[in-house]
This record gives sequence, structure tokens and C-alpha cells, in this order.
Amino acid sequence: MVKGAEVVIIGGGIIGSSIAYYLAKEGCEDVVILEREYPSWGATGRCGAGIRQQWGTEMNCRLAKGSVDLFKDLSAELDYDIEFAQGGYLVLATSQTQLEQYRRNVSLQNSLGIPSKIVTPQEAKEIVPILRTDGLPGAAYCPTDGHANPFKTNLAYLRAAQRLGVSFYKFTEAKGIEMKGGRVRGVLTSQGRIETARVVNAAGGYSAQIGKMAGLEIPTYSERHQIMVTEPLDHLFDPMVISFTSGLYCQQVPPGSILMGMGDPDEPHSHDLSSSWQFLQKMAREALKILPILRDIRVVRQWAGLYNKTPDAQPILGQAEKLEGFYMAVGFSGHGFMIAPMVSLILARLLMGREPPISVERLSLERFERGELVIEPSVVG
Amino acid sequence: MDEDTVICRCEDLTLKDIREAINQGCTSMEEIKRATRCGMGPCQGRTCLPLVAAELARATGKKADEILPCTVRPPLMPLKLGTIAGVDDG
Ligand SMILES: Cc1cc2nc3c(=O)[nH]c(=O)nc-3n(C[C@H](O)[C@H](O)[C@H](O)COP(=O)(O)OP(=O)(O)OC[C@H]3O[C@@H](n4cnc5c(N)ncnc54)[C@H](O)[C@@H]3O)c2cc1C
Repeated sequence: MVKGAEVVIIGGGIIGSSIAYYLAKEGCEDVVILEREYPSWGATGRCGAGIRQQWGTEMNCRLAKGSVDLFKDLSAELDYDIEFAQGGYLVLATSQTQLEQYRRNVSLQNSLGIPSKIVTPQEAKEIVPILRTDGLPGAAYCPTDGHANPFKTNLAYLRAAQRLGVSFYKFTEAKGIEMKGGRVRGVLTSQGRIETARVVNAAGGYSAQIGKMAGLEIPTYSERHQIMVTEPLDHLFDPMVISFTSGLYCQQVPPGSILMGMGDPDEPHSHDLSSSWQFLQKMAREALKILPILRDIRVVRQWAGLYNKTPDAQPILGQAEKLEGFYMAVGFSGHGFMIAPMVSLILARLLMGREPPISVERLSLERFERGELVIEPSVVG
Repeated sequence: MDEDTVICRCEDLTLKDIREAINQGCTSMEEIKRATRCGMGPCQGRTCLPLVAAELARATGKKADEILPCTVRPPLMPLKLGTIAGVDDG
């Protein structure tokens, strides 16, 4: 193991790997990634990998749109097919009030260059022919939203970073962070010590634990989210279909299987990764309400992953004010895959002391102390 | 075995695909599964995973019983959505 590095990144999921890649691309190759397990062990390898630009705050719209612009060329840039496809997102409304909220979101999105629109139930049915539209007041749709293969996107960034000189240590745990005079001095790992002045917390569900290693309270917590997949079917529909009311999301992914997930408002804070029958049943019932034709389709696998959440469901990005050299890209609250490219480019620029493409000062850790939360109305799961 | 031998019928993967994943740095079953989708299809790895374990053992010089299997994911048998939805809460 190396004895020192300019930057040590804790976590080899989509966030850690892409930060490493953009850092190396910006000219800083002396970077180490520590991963306790292996790439995509965490939320990245367990996620729905949907990519949505239909958000209700300007910040999220910009991060998501900027990421889609990067996703489009990513397979070529990283020389690895990440299976990015723009099948759109259909966001179902369950009431007129919700549809009104979508209208306001759509006008914000359009003003930022996101081509979303409100569609009638008939139009929704043209987009997803198997959708049951009885009682549906309408929906929002954006054709340039999409999906990518999360394992491949993770590996694509990681391998490209390694080609540029980044060192990746899997099955290697960060166990402590050495601080002196409010500054980062080194990282203690299960394989030895690495001297460094800058560390990036990209540990997903374990972000608060990494904060504690540096004596920092990060108000993130983890929550189990379950998901399941069916046997492969002939092509039925393109977009991700979601509902903010039930928290359901559902999409046919490239092998033809239908992936569906849904959150549980009563889920306790934990690191539990077990699967439950209760989820399977609730999920099947909700899915059949909107896609009744899937009744005879078989579920082949279910699993669970962790959302790493913050009090305002927005990530914490950037350096801690009181700890020089301690950077964070944590608390993605269930939407960290879709904004990873732009977030990681921003983090790399901040680490290099350069101007980021989008200012994320409002997503600082200190916003919670100051009570300046960034409330997003459109969170799913 | 020939490089073109199909290892995973569900995902249409050959021995060559598995070897490529190993050459790219995969050293465990879970990593191969994520890199190739091997074992994620309808049969859930019943045929392919033992073959992959044997190949991984050969490539890493480990004994077959030193290779950790993938986590078994429920349901153990494919179940219809309608059946799941219709079962009484009890
Ligand atoms: C069921 C589910 C569905 C989702 N669907 C979507 C979706 O459709 N779209 C979307 O954008 N997002 C989705 N998400 C959210 C998305 O998966 C995450 O926001 C994103 O993957 C976060 O990436 P990450 O790299 O920060 O975390 P992770 O992928 O969790 O990576 C963190 C890594 O850090 C490692 N680590 C932890 N502690 C240590 C340590 N001490 N030392 C070394 N390594 C350590 C872990 O092993 C892990 O591999 C979903 C999440 C879940 C659970």
C-alpha cells in the first residue's frame, strides 16, 4: 500500500469512483480510493439507476441536467459502454393539486433547458401502453430522462481513473482519520497508514461514521430501501414510471426485466440489508394498480440497499468549514446515481481550488446549523 | 472448455466474458456478478454460478471451497405478482 497521497477517497461506489476520475482528469493523479468491500457493494450496486431531471428546485434541476449532458458522452469518454438510454420519466399525478405542483415544476424545468411537459391521461397511455389510466388526472413527462447500468457506470469511472494513475484498494477499510490543529493529516486503514492533507467522505450509508473519525457530527442517517425485479419480457415500455404519492418507481430495464421499488414511511434508521415479504406484497399490490397486465409475471429476485438521508433530503457537498481538508459528498437521499457526474466534477474542481461549474455553497454541511435547509418537493421512494 | 462455451444461458455469457471480467480485476463471485450480470437472470445462477466459481478458483489458484458464493436472494422460486398481491395478510 502507498504511504502517502494528495487525496484519499473513502468509498468506491459511483461517487468515490467518479470523483477520482474527474480529479485525475483535472491533473491530480496522486489519488487513492479505499473501498471496504468491492465496487458497487453499496447503494450503487443496489439502485434503480434512474436518471431524472424533473425536479422542483433550481439546484437539483441544474445538477441533474448537467449530469445528463455528461452521461450522454460518458461511454465514449470512459471507453466503456454504460448502457445509457433516454427512455424518459413519466411522473404520475394522483390529484389536481399535485398536477398543479407539476405545472410549476415544469415551468421551472423548461426555464433551465429541461424539455419536460404535462401530458393528458391519453398521452400517458401512448407513452406507456400498458398503463391503467382510470382516475389519473394527468402526468409530467420528460423524454430526455433515462437510465444507465449502475455496475458498469461504477466500473467505467473506476477503470478510467485507474488508467490515469489513481490507486484503488478494495477489501480495504478506512478505520481512522488523523487530525492536527483542525487539519487532516492522514488516514488509518486496515492495510496501513496513508499520509494526506485531503480526504473525501464518499462512504454512502456509512458517511456519519466517517465523520465521527474526524470528530465531526454529520446529520446523515441510513434507511433500508427495497427493490425487486421480474423475469425478462418482450419490450413493453420505455420510461421510468413513478408516483410521489405511493413512492413507487418502475421501469423495464435492458434485459427486459421490470424493476420496481418503493419506500416505506415507517422504515427505521438502520444499516439493515435484509429483504422482507411485506415489501414484496405491498409492492406487487401497488404495481398492479397501475400496471394490472403484469399479474402473471414472475418476480425472480428482491434485495435491499441503503438510502443515506439528510434532514432536507439534499446531499452535503464540499469541505467542512471547521476541518481543513475534510470534504464530503454524502447524504444523497435516494438520488445520488443520477447526479453523480456533475456532483463529482464539482467536487474535483473544489478539491483543486478551481471554480466549479455550478455553485454548491447552499449544500454545505453548515446549512443545518444555520437553519438554511434546501427543501425539495419531488423526492421519491 | 472452449472460450465460446455458454456459461450463463439467461444473460448469454460465454467463458470468454467471465475470463474478461476476471482479467479486469474481479476476484470474487459478487464482483463477477455485478460486472457481467451472471446469475441475475430467471434461473438465478443455478447453472452458471458453480461454473464461474470453478473458473475463478482456477484463475486465482484458490480451492473451490475457498470461493465465497453469492448472497442468495429471495424469492427462492419465481412467484407471480398476482399471487404475491393476492395472499392474505394473515
Ligand atoms: C433501492 C435503491 C434504489 C435507488 N434508486 C436510485 C435511482 O433510481 N436513481 C438514483 O439516482 N439513485 C438511486 N438510489 C440512490 C443511489 O443508489 C445512491 O445515492 C448512490 O449510489 C450513492 O453512491 P455512493 O458512491 O455515495 O454510495 P455507495 O454506492 O453506497 O458507496 C459507498 C461505498 O463506501 C464504502 N465504505 C463505507 N465505509 C467505508 C470505510 N470505512 N472504508 C472504506 N470504504 C467504506 C462502502 O463499502 C460502499 O461501497 C437508490 C438507492 C437504493 C438503495
